[in-house]
Amino acid sequence: MMWWIILAVILAVIIAIYLASTAGRLDRLHKRVDTGLLALDVQLRRRAQVAEELATSGLLDPGTCIVLGQGAENALADERDPVDRALVESDLSGVLDAVFGTREEVDALIELDGGQRFADQLSGAVHRVELSRRFYNDSVRACRAVRRQRLARWLGLAGHTALPRMCEMDDRIPAGFEGR
Amino acid sequence: MRVGIVCPYDWVAPGGVKAHVKDLAEELIASGHEVSVLAPGEQDDIEEPYVVAAGKPVNVPYNGSVARINIGLVSLRRVRKWIQRGEFDVVHVHQPSSPSLAMLACWAADGPLVGTWHMSQEHSRALKGLYLPLQTVLEKISGRIAVSEKARQTLVEHLGGDAVVIPNGVVCRNFAEGEPLPGYPREAPTILFLGRIDEDRKGLQYLLPAMSELIEQHPDIELLVAGPGDQEKASEGIDRRVLEHVKFLGMISEADKISAFKSADVYIAPNNGGESFGIVLLEAMSAGTPVLASDIEAFQRVLLEGKAGALFANEDPHSLAVELDKLLRDKPEQERLSEVGYERALEFDWSSVAREVERVYEAVTIPGVKVEADMSGQIFGRFG
Repeated sequence: MMWWIILAVILAVIIAIYLASTAGRLDRLHKRVDTGLLALDVQLRRRAQVAEELATSGLLDPGTCIVLGQGAENALADERDPVDRALVESDLSGVLDAVFGTREEVDALIELDGGQRFADQLSGAVHRVELSRRFYNDSVRACRAVRRQRLARWLGLAGHTALPRMCEMDDRIPAGFEGR
Repeated sequence: MRVGIVCPYDWVAPGGVKAHVKDLAEELIASGHEVSVLAPGEQDDIEEPYVVAAGKPVNVPYNGSVARINIGLVSLRRVRKWIQRGEFDVVHVHQPSSPSLAMLACWAADGPLVGTWHMSQEHSRALKGLYLPLQTVLEKISGRIAVSEKARQTLVEHLGGDAVVIPNGVVCRNFAEGEPLPGYPREAPTILFLGRIDEDRKGLQYLLPAMSELIEQHPDIELLVAGPGDQEKASEGIDRRVLEHVKFLGMISEADKISAFKSADVYIAPNNGGESFGIVLLEAMSAGTPVLASDIEAFQRVLLEGKAGALFANEDPHSLAVELDKLLRDKPEQERLSEVGYERALEFDWSSVAREVERVYEAVTIPGVKVEADMSGQIFGRFG
């Protein structure tokens, strides 16, 4: 009889440790997801801002000004989080790729007075967006992997936190900025 | 940006990871960031003003060799203090998968973390048993960097997820400006080997047999061997006639390494694998020394499949001898490789590599959010 009680206590302790550690892990992972989403948001906003500034700088031809300005404005006006506004941001990526799809186009911008600064900023911005999204999706994957665990699911260890979502977005680096 | 970097290995001992951390920190400081490096060692032994000493490392048997690392609660307290005082926007840990200061920093930090995986080391069986606590530490890292494609593959296999490949950097100008050793360059061909002489994966055991073929064709050839290790053991079973052409320099300083490159006609890298990147190749190329390397994957990539340096069949002394003979006879080819190699090395100059790392920092940080010390226990999660 005594042995059963000891066994039961040991089992209970093991389960308690598992639960506490998994809850802690989930807590940290959710935090990483939240930070990642915020960081992605910051980078997307910066990219759109640079694009808008460039569009209104008067350096570009009117055709480019309009498509680039419109794309940037659509992205800036959208107040949803990056996962929800992925389509709008993908459109901006498409515009940037169309405008700076060749190295000559970027070189032509650099030759202009003040163009170098825009080229640097934009190149930095598109690269950082790509990195941020990769890191964010990686955190989502890690978090979802733990939430899929059976015990964690049954016991509702994640509480009421919504299941984090991957950010599916076209964030290709415009060919003109590759390796810059 | 305020950046905290954690170096896992002794600051006063030479080593690849330490050199990487030093170059990265100095490049970041040069471009206007505030950088603090936390590294094992005593403050009195450290010259660099940006390095904070974390205390003397201890010798611990680990994975079949002896690691000099900082572990334990005192070290943990130092790491926490460093994080609290630093008010960093991002903390960058190096080699966080092996027990070290970097792992402790990961444990003790809360906020934007970046991790760099250097070697494509296999995780031992024991480590798999410790998977959960290790994973909870590594899961905190939001931006993962691997220094090579191979390191990335190992990382992804063991931990899942994703990582960005950012190669090692070289401070090209340091190598371009060096002077040869006294008495060099010689009239007759001089070749150079660098690395531990009694470690199989560095490959000296293929180069010495190849020498016995080469001394027939080049009677005045000299092989400079620079690196620590047991000389008796390395020359065991090697013909005395061959050893007459070998000059063991022992362990040499960074400055002498540059001079050694400048003294040699060809630098030989006979490594038989395990080497995840081959930074030494780039250093030789920065010095303008033609490279002959084994055709392992990492080296093929650095040498652009033979365009930026010559290759021989891995682990094959005869192939090494043939290719080396060919190269030594062909001066114009040596000059060509010297030029193309230098151009290639410039692509890995620290200035461009550091910019890529900066982008990773920016991609994980949020304005106004600092890295804080995580005071709660972690294996057992947070109670309540």
